[in-house]
Amino acid sequence: MTNVSKEYKTVTEIAGPLIFVEKTEPVAYQEMVSVRLSDGSMRRGQVLDSSEKMVVVQIFEGTSGIDLDASVRFLGDTMKMPVSKDMLGRILTGAGDPLDGGPPITPEKRLDIVGAAINPWARDNPEDFIQTGISTIDGMNTLVRGQKLPIFSGSGLPHNELALQIARQAKVRGEDEEFAVVFVAMGITNEEKQTFMQEFERTGALKNAVVFLNLADDPAIERIVTPRLGLTTAEYMAFELGMQVLVIMTDITNYCEALRQVGAAREEVPGRRGYPGYMYTDLAQLYERAGKIKGKKGSITQIPILSMPGDDITHPIPDLSGYITEGQIVMSRELHRAGIYPPVNVSSSLSRLMGGGTGEGKTREDHRGVSDQMYAAYAEGKDLRGLVAIVGKESLSDKDRKLLDFADIFEDRIVRQGFDEDRSIEDTLAIAWEILGTLDADQITRIDRKHIEKYSGRV
Amino acid sequence: MSKEGVIYRVSGPVVIATGISARMYDVVHVGEEQLMGEVIKIVGDYSTIQVYEDTSGVRPGEPVTNTGNPLVVELGPGLLQSVYDGIQRPLPVLRERQGDFIERGVSVPGLDREKKWDFKPTVKVGDTVSEGQTIGEVMEDTMLHKIMVPIGVEGKVEKIDKGSFTVEETVAVIGGRNVTMMQKWPVREPRPVREKYLPDIPLITGQRVLDTMFPLAKGGAAAIPGGFGTGKTVTQQQLAKWSDAEIVVYIGCGERGNEMTEVLTEFPALEDPKSGDPLMNRTVLIANTSNMPVAAREASVYTGMTIAEYYRDMGYNVSLMADSTSRWAEAMREISSRLEEMPGEEGYPAYLAGRLSEFYERACRAETLGGDEGSISVIGAVSPPGGDISEPVSQNTLRIVRVFWALDTKLRERRHFPAINWLTSYSLYDKQLRDWYAANVAEDFPELREWAMIILQRESELQEIVQLVGSDALPDEQKITLEISRMIREIFLQQNAYHPVDTYSPMERQYAMLKLIRKYADLAYKAVEAGAPVDRIAGVPARQRFVRAKLEENIDEELEAVSRDLDAEFKELGV
Ligand SMILES: Nc1ncnc2c1ncn2[C@@H]1O[C@H](COP(=O)(O)OP(=O)(O)OP(=O)(O)O)[C@@H](O)[C@H]1O
Ligand SMILES: [Mg+2]
Repeated sequence: MTNVSKEYKTVTEIAGPLIFVEKTEPVAYQEMVSVRLSDGSMRRGQVLDSSEKMVVVQIFEGTSGIDLDASVRFLGDTMKMPVSKDMLGRILTGAGDPLDGGPPITPEKRLDIVGAAINPWARDNPEDFIQTGISTIDGMNTLVRGQKLPIFSGSGLPHNELALQIARQAKVRGEDEEFAVVFVAMGITNEEKQTFMQEFERTGALKNAVVFLNLADDPAIERIVTPRLGLTTAEYMAFELGMQVLVIMTDITNYCEALRQVGAAREEVPGRRGYPGYMYTDLAQLYERAGKIKGKKGSITQIPILSMPGDDITHPIPDLSGYITEGQIVMSRELHRAGIYPPVNVSSSLSRLMGGGTGEGKTREDHRGVSDQMYAAYAEGKDLRGLVAIVGKESLSDKDRKLLDFADIFEDRIVRQGFDEDRSIEDTLAIAWEILGTLDADQITRIDRKHIEKYSGRV
Repeated sequence: MSKEGVIYRVSGPVVIATGISARMYDVVHVGEEQLMGEVIKIVGDYSTIQVYEDTSGVRPGEPVTNTGNPLVVELGPGLLQSVYDGIQRPLPVLRERQGDFIERGVSVPGLDREKKWDFKPTVKVGDTVSEGQTIGEVMEDTMLHKIMVPIGVEGKVEKIDKGSFTVEETVAVIGGRNVTMMQKWPVREPRPVREKYLPDIPLITGQRVLDTMFPLAKGGAAAIPGGFGTGKTVTQQQLAKWSDAEIVVYIGCGERGNEMTEVLTEFPALEDPKSGDPLMNRTVLIANTSNMPVAAREASVYTGMTIAEYYRDMGYNVSLMADSTSRWAEAMREISSRLEEMPGEEGYPAYLAGRLSEFYERACRAETLGGDEGSISVIGAVSPPGGDISEPVSQNTLRIVRVFWALDTKLRERRHFPAINWLTSYSLYDKQLRDWYAANVAEDFPELREWAMIILQRESELQEIVQLVGSDALPDEQKITLEISRMIREIFLQQNAYHPVDTYSPMERQYAMLKLIRKYADLAYKAVEAGAPVDRIAGVPARQRFVRAKLEENIDEELEAVSRDLDAEFKELGV
């Protein structure tokens, strides 16, 4: 069906990233478009609205420099990308072109980048524990294969470090399988790019990674395509090559800004805070591409990173993400200021698939109870901090004082760990039992009695 | 009657066609691939169609065929245990035909055309039957399925056969009309009942905070709003698993694929406490996840509701969960904005409130046309942006439903589950249900519940003082009140859905637990009067035993032991 149309010189309007073109042949919704500017340079775009006489085209590289004399061709097909196993080790632009000076990708297949929805009936239950070596994740918010677990962060917080540490340390224990990282950067700064590249080099991780880089000074609109390229690559590797794929996408906030820009240019009725009303559905089309499929060896696990504008978790970007993903790891500015790395705010973090990936045969039988207990004690201890500020530590009961101290110990021993410190789940649980030992026996209410006897030495 | 036309415009899930002489809500097939859609707006010769499948690659000029029929659900044996998308396409069949990903342009009927069912007539030739009356029975695995006279058919039974039939074969001739086991019903239209009753029997769910504090009546509607991760889905799944409805219709409307997998893995393994049969045997699942087409998401709640009504008409108590109604509302908003309709509040269409109330109005307890009593209890999850319920979907829902389970992010951060806020939630059925509880649980149950609510209320007042001066400054009696309310919260209200024992709490046990807290309270106040120190009262070993009792397999015996220990230990404190 690749019959390229004739060339039209009928651009009637240009608005933001969009051009409006009159045409005579039928053009498909989502069809790819190429635009030749008066100076001979080329742009690519995609049809957003197609009617009998007029189409609306979104230009990926932006419309600057386009005038009404530009010529437009409709390419007869929706957007496809070449994929192959040789992509491992490659660094590509946000539009999928080589950025590392290497040859173009020799396609084993060409796949539609939008990707169809996994039939819910075909999904396999995600329940393989991924050990990230980070206590706040493994112990308190366990990640499993096929999960989408975002990091909610803020500007200036070390989310990239955490993502890198996870990418480096993540493993499913006792299994030796092909592992790949797809790294999708959207609108990141040159400095961030350098950090990532150095780290990939330092650890030799690049050979098992495919990197897509859309930088801050690349066209914003290209960002709408970049994650789809990454996820299409991930699907190919997971479901056709049988690899365990971890997709890291940063920064979703930049992606959403691009969406907002397109919406504004189309003069759509905006939803909350100016973001398009369909942003939930659009984000779901990215996040839901994580998962496992029955009868297939591979899996896609996603760690999207987003910075919360103004550290506001109710902002539409974290809010809609949280409604789609299977939990979230929330970074805390307060802990960061206190010099604690990784500054994970355990109370507002959550892994919804923790239940399936923990317990006997997965991690350890006492895991769930221990983590519930630490959550509860930590939450109470944090509450007491507020109270102590008013009434002083002296007016606390002995038990309350223990809870207050527990909160500090928890942050120091469980939350704080080194950038290169890789803790096994047993390490994490051992620390947990040790610090729970500072509480009175009757403050331990959420752990099975037999586990207390077995692991704490308390009767 | 079908009319051929052509596509004029394509914009996402909305297509405009000309030349199909459509009526509102006609189902049409769009484009070369015959994607299914529904007419939702007509201006002159231009019909606007919401398309249930992805429209990428569709072009103006491609053909459009009007079927002349509205969107219908196929009703008949084989619905139970099915897993459908929003327009009743069986997902297992789609997978067989297309593989692991949902491709487009496949139309698959909702009911299996090949499968034979053993039909046993319950009326004879010569009997006169009317709409909705049962004429025969089929066993749908372990569930009895009544075959009812379709609406619009009545008269003398001229022929009726016992035997094995497919859903399309004639099993009876009534008033000159052939009747099959399958009937079709337009999804957007409620199925009729003879008379609606006042709901005055609770839907028992085994969830303490719901059954005791904020009960839903069978045939009533409840809303469960809450920010992300507060527990809407877990609560709805708990209701599906444990409530005493006979049929469960679970609609995953614009939510996660992995949650559907969870349901699909758990439900077949879970035994119905009464019959011992797998829960899946009496469940219909509708899974239109967030990344599946929005128009089909919009339809999914109606598809589910129509199926629920069909089982209600057989005299069953049906519970219907819609997770999440906000995603349904957003689908309406998305389509409405593509239609360039005048937006109402926050971009939602002006008809949002109307659609929501029409939907919840379909919840009812009723006498069916066949003379049975059936009910549909509806539990709708609401996902307010930022967890703030001042938004249109929450507000319009709360105007209609009579039960409000308010999920609370603060409670969830504390791992207080279910994170249902006991101060802001309510059930307007509580008065209506009082008699039932007094008669069926215990005479003093309603009074016990009120007592617990008062203590919780009192706690929130005392907490304000504590925030200012610390708890040390409170008089002993008030310190004890705080201890008691803590017990109500930790022992009674908190309930771990993932714990094998705690996940389900029968009514007698809920009563026993509350009664035991009351017993502790009475003893504790007396001990204070007798001059016992507060920390000894609060620290009696029986209390610890009580806290842990709910995790023990022999919980009921443990509770009795706690009661005995309380007597003994308070005796030592001089009571
Ligand atoms: N009754 C409960 N017992 C134990 N854990 C619970 C309970 N209710 C909720 N949770 C915990 O809270 C998590 C989130 O719950 P759930 O998935 O139901 O949230 P939700 O309100 O549906 O969120 P979303 O709107 O994002 O879908 C669960 O994964 C579980 O860890
Ligand atoms: Mg949910």
